[in-house]
Amino acid sequence: MSRFTVLLSALLFAVGAHADEVQVAVAANFTAPMQQIAAAFEKDTGHKAVLAFGATGKFYAQISNGAPFEILLAADDETPAKLERELLAAPRTRFTYAIGKLVLWSAKEGYVDGQGEVLKKGDFKHLALANPKTAPYGTAAVEALKKLGLMESVQPKIVQGENIAQTHQFVATGNAELGFVALSQVFKDGKVTSGSAWIVPAKLYDTIRQDGVILAKGRNKPAATALMDYLKSDKARAIIKSYGYEL
Amino acid sequence: MESADLGAVWLTLKLASVVTVLLLLIGTPIAWWLARTHSRLKGAVGAVVALPLVLPPTVIGFYLLVALGPNGPGGRLTEALGLGILPFTFPGLVIASVFYSLPFMVQPVQNAFEAIGERPLEVAATLRAGPWDRFWSVAVPLARPGFLSGAILGFAHTVGEFGVVLMIGGNIPDKTRVVSVQIYDHVEALEYAQAHWLAGGMLVFSFLVLLTLYSLNPRLGRTGL
Repeated sequence: MSRFTVLLSALLFAVGAHADEVQVAVAANFTAPMQQIAAAFEKDTGHKAVLAFGATGKFYAQISNGAPFEILLAADDETPAKLERELLAAPRTRFTYAIGKLVLWSAKEGYVDGQGEVLKKGDFKHLALANPKTAPYGTAAVEALKKLGLMESVQPKIVQGENIAQTHQFVATGNAELGFVALSQVFKDGKVTSGSAWIVPAKLYDTIRQDGVILAKGRNKPAATALMDYLKSDKARAIIKSYGYEL
Repeated sequence: MESADLGAVWLTLKLASVVTVLLLLIGTPIAWWLARTHSRLKGAVGAVVALPLVLPPTVIGFYLLVALGPNGPGGRLTEALGLGILPFTFPGLVIASVFYSLPFMVQPVQNAFEAIGERPLEVAATLRAGPWDRFWSVAVPLARPGFLSGAILGFAHTVGEFGVVLMIGGNIPDKTRVVSVQIYDHVEALEYAQAHWLAGGMLVFSFLVLLTLYSLNPRLGRTGL
């Protein structure tokens, strides 16, 4: 065998050996729990979940243009439904893996009070939220501000993150005094991990139903089906809940 | 085109113009010093100026966000001066862009100054021209192609900036939402028709800029790129 064939077969073998990988596009707000779930998934099943994090809207554009993702864990329920209608997702694989909660958060201790009164006082320069056109948590933030009748007064102070991760970054670095982020980003094991926060009452915004779906490229792939089943397991649900999601 | 798109175009042109003027003011002395000095610091200063050529915009954007934020040294300074913090503001974008586009101004101008050599300046000195006079009457006119090249490239590069603005801009209409960010938003919101208008416009604009640069003087294009 020539050196080239050796190399070639080694490469082919390497591809074969990774056949139990599954490529997952994950909404940015679900980053931390999904990393934990993927680690447990690999330990329990031997399959490896390769994760990409980003905005759901961007994933939609990439998937409809042939991106090699096999599962999408979206930040909404519309995108997976749309992908299914457009035959880009496998039928009857959609399910709600988490219900997201919106939180008004500041990196400063004692800055945000338990009733969100800080929004009415308005003595801040910047209020961060995710782009409401593309990010479900941004849409929810705008709904809440409108229901509170504060949209007009805070409008000039709004700065937009490209997705919820960037929104969190604006607040975490102190560039925005406060912002609407996903509870999962600042919550672990029953409490807010740092700064101060007001968990926005659910009646102020439409439920953020986060759906997952197997994409056309993941159809009939054992690792993809296994991960979807795993997300429904008690173990995964416990992890998801520990980040403040409802189920 | 929607008014939001027009607003983004206008803002982008305003940003690029302000930045180009500042680049000429800041870049020229740096280029002159780099071209003439025998200092041991020449290498280090040249490297700092060239950093944005190799650093990913995410690195620049991230450090600017941290440094200019209320807990960073830049942010403490601007707050002490009563200017507030710079991220999410137009002046913040200007400062970021000046840093980001600096090599595009400095390098062509520096090359042009170096190409003049010692001789014309020495001749001017024998005719009793002082250093200031030698700079304005000899060096600047001879380095004109370098200035033109630097100004065009600095302007065009600022228009084409995306990553840094995305990271420190906060996407505020008429303040920090430039064309490249507006295109990104359109694509994310699946508004492909509007995205095409702006993206196609950017493509034509960039081509025309480079075409102008190369046809003004074929030699000049090479000094810049």
